[in-house]
Amino acid sequence: MTAMPLPKDHYDVVIIGAGPAGLAAAAVAGKAGLSTLVLDENAQPGGQIFRAITSTPVQRRDILGDDYWRGENLVAETRAGGAVIVQGATVWSLDRDLQIAVSLLGQSQIVKARRVIIATGALERPFPIPGWTLPGVMTVGAGQTLLKSSGLVPDGKVVLAGTGPLLWLYAAQVLRAGGAIDAILDTTPRGNYWRALPYALPFLMSPYRAKGLALMREVKRKVRVVSNVTSLAALGGDKLDAVAFSAGGAEQKIAADTLLLHQGVVPNVNLANAAGVAHRWDERQLCWVPVLDADGNTSVPGIAIAGDGAGIGGALAAAERGRIAAVAAVEALAPGKKSLTPDRSELSNTLRRAELGRAFLDVLFQPAQQFRLPEGDTIVCRCEEVSAARIKETIALGTEGPNQLKAFLRCGMGPCQGRLCGLTVTEMIAQARGMSPDAVGYYRLRPPVKPIALKELASMPHSEQDEKAVVRG
Amino acid sequence: MSEAADVIVVGGGIHGCSTALHLALRGAKPLLLEKDYCGRHASGVNAGGVRQLARHVAEVPLSVASMELWARIEDLVGDDCGFESHGQVLVAEDDAEFAACRARVDDLRLRGFTHEELIDRAELKRLVPAVSDYCPGGIVSRRDGAADPFRTTQAFRRRAIESGARLREGVRVLNIARRAGIWHVATTDGEFEAPVLVNAAGAWAARLAAMAGEHVPLEAIAPMLMITARVPHFLDPVIILRGRKLSFKQFGNGTVLIGGGHLGTAYPDENATVLDWAKLTASARTVDELFPVMRGATIVRAWAGIEARTPDDIPVIGHSRTEEGLFHQFGFSAHGFQLGPGVGSLMADLIVTGATNLPIEPFGVGRFLRGIEPPGTDSVLE
Repeated sequence: MTAMPLPKDHYDVVIIGAGPAGLAAAAVAGKAGLSTLVLDENAQPGGQIFRAITSTPVQRRDILGDDYWRGENLVAETRAGGAVIVQGATVWSLDRDLQIAVSLLGQSQIVKARRVIIATGALERPFPIPGWTLPGVMTVGAGQTLLKSSGLVPDGKVVLAGTGPLLWLYAAQVLRAGGAIDAILDTTPRGNYWRALPYALPFLMSPYRAKGLALMREVKRKVRVVSNVTSLAALGGDKLDAVAFSAGGAEQKIAADTLLLHQGVVPNVNLANAAGVAHRWDERQLCWVPVLDADGNTSVPGIAIAGDGAGIGGALAAAERGRIAAVAAVEALAPGKKSLTPDRSELSNTLRRAELGRAFLDVLFQPAQQFRLPEGDTIVCRCEEVSAARIKETIALGTEGPNQLKAFLRCGMGPCQGRLCGLTVTEMIAQARGMSPDAVGYYRLRPPVKPIALKELASMPHSEQDEKAVVRG
Repeated sequence: MSEAADVIVVGGGIHGCSTALHLALRGAKPLLLEKDYCGRHASGVNAGGVRQLARHVAEVPLSVASMELWARIEDLVGDDCGFESHGQVLVAEDDAEFAACRARVDDLRLRGFTHEELIDRAELKRLVPAVSDYCPGGIVSRRDGAADPFRTTQAFRRRAIESGARLREGVRVLNIARRAGIWHVATTDGEFEAPVLVNAAGAWAARLAAMAGEHVPLEAIAPMLMITARVPHFLDPVIILRGRKLSFKQFGNGTVLIGGGHLGTAYPDENATVLDWAKLTASARTVDELFPVMRGATIVRAWAGIEARTPDDIPVIGHSRTEEGLFHQFGFSAHGFQLGPGVGSLMADLIVTGATNLPIEPFGVGRFLRGIEPPGTDSVLE
């Protein structure tokens, strides 16, 4: 047997991800006395939204804003509750037996849980435009990671393109940190404003309204903003040198060293999907969301999902959903400790308030079809370099779903496991076959959900019984 | 609704698709029923080994006959199926294993088969330069190789339809009954009729057999596979071992497939499998020892298909013992892919002409009736 870096190999509750949902869940479960383990793959707790909250070099508080610094309390509260938070721990498999395979310091091991709360959050929606694979093109989320963890703002001529709250938040943070942005190409379709109108009333009552409008004003004072952008292409030979776009019917081109793309975030479903959790297509958020009950329980007994991985709701809602899932875990495992948990109906009320205005944002920032359904030579699957045209041809040959397409073209079979092409492929098949994305389905994802070194797998703890030989006849 | 056909084939794996194709080529009107989509399970997600090497002696004639079809697979199905013939090599890891290899090759010679050749250390190194030096030799079967399993199954499916077979996917058999010489097959999409029924239902075949009163001890298994990210080209033939469980091959794109029959858990009712990482670590250790070149590789995906295994690890092929007009073709026990083309052809002969030239006596379902499973009990699947 090899020594294991974790103190124990079984816990009452294992929480995967230390963002707002995971931390809040761990605080509740830990405080109720459940042995609680949080596994998080980053170097510091906080997830995306509170990334590097305990270590960021960006110490001027106004740059990242009050909403960011709120993460400090959450981390402190979780640590005080008694949960073990392990950083640098990459979970690469979870199954229906609640066995979790985790890699830590180059050593993998299996941990067993009585309950699992997946809090792996969101990832950015694919933005497949011509040239999006060129060096110099990256996502707004990746830009924000560099800002939070290393205090870096992009150099040279910088263009942001896309739609959604994060685009504006990041732009404001870059400007406050002393960075410059040459242009923002806003791809929010004009029609979305009308379509979102029926959802406007709760939004007007939500905290998002004032903050959002202030952010946009702050950015628009300093940056050239082009609205109603209807096409985008990154141009260049071995690296980006310009961005071509059309707005209001006119074709334009601007020089750029860095293009940061963003069109919203979607749940990161990979771990849950590989564990066999049922998902459904969300028509408003245009993505897969797990099928959950009010406590966040999935179709797999013992596995719950909280946070943006349960459907995009933002940081405040994520924390409440984390607490709700943890209360349910306490009820299931230690009903006598219920009095140590927050009041369930109060949590629901807070969650409802946190979700006010979400529908408006979902509809307003729904990305346009031409940015979700690419054409021609535009790459869809980056790992295997499969173009939109090849996918269309293969669908036309009678390929019925993403798993058959995967078998023919290998799209989705590379190291990213469909994170960068899965939604595009489902929507392309749905459009071509005139079906709903729900009927088309998604890739059946397979562990390891993050690549694992063969050497590390070979040195995993094991028993001699697994070695027994077979004799071939 | 009732639709008539000459033969109803249940199960759209490589075997069901191949039988449907060969029936259509012989002028019959087959109807193929598949509860999911063709190649959804073991046939679509296996290692793709096209192997005569190291087969059970009873299977060797079938495997050799099937190899003749593989050699002209593009003529047969209109697609090369990704079939590449760089040979398969069985590696002995010590002298005792090498002696067993020698005995095996001698035994096959006496039986009249020459496709397996004993190779010494030097020839092994020539064929497989990356293999560890401690291996004393092995056996090669030079015409063997590997194909793309999903593409192959789809090619058989497509050619079967082009040749006149009808196909219903997403249709599950609920019950079967034979009245006045006609099988009535009740499904989730109505009833179908034919005088002949072929049970090629893989891991679900025991249920179909049980509907005809035939109890077959069949286990649903989930053989596991892993694949790596691309590594520089180092290997042409498919590798299997004499002792430990491993099958190993590198694709043209550089990725390496690691299999060998370690089993996860199958949940046939849910089309689901759960992997057993403790066993996969054993595969990883074997690769690590046998191929030092793989030390920097990363595993990007692991999976398992759902397959049927018989108690003696060889398939059930031929007539039912309980019902007229019912033929079995299942239980290939995780090595049926290469046999697909050939067994489909012999099944068509058996159904259309009433006979086959190939020796199928060892595969009769009757072998399980001799005391293994008392009549009247349910199959192990239920």
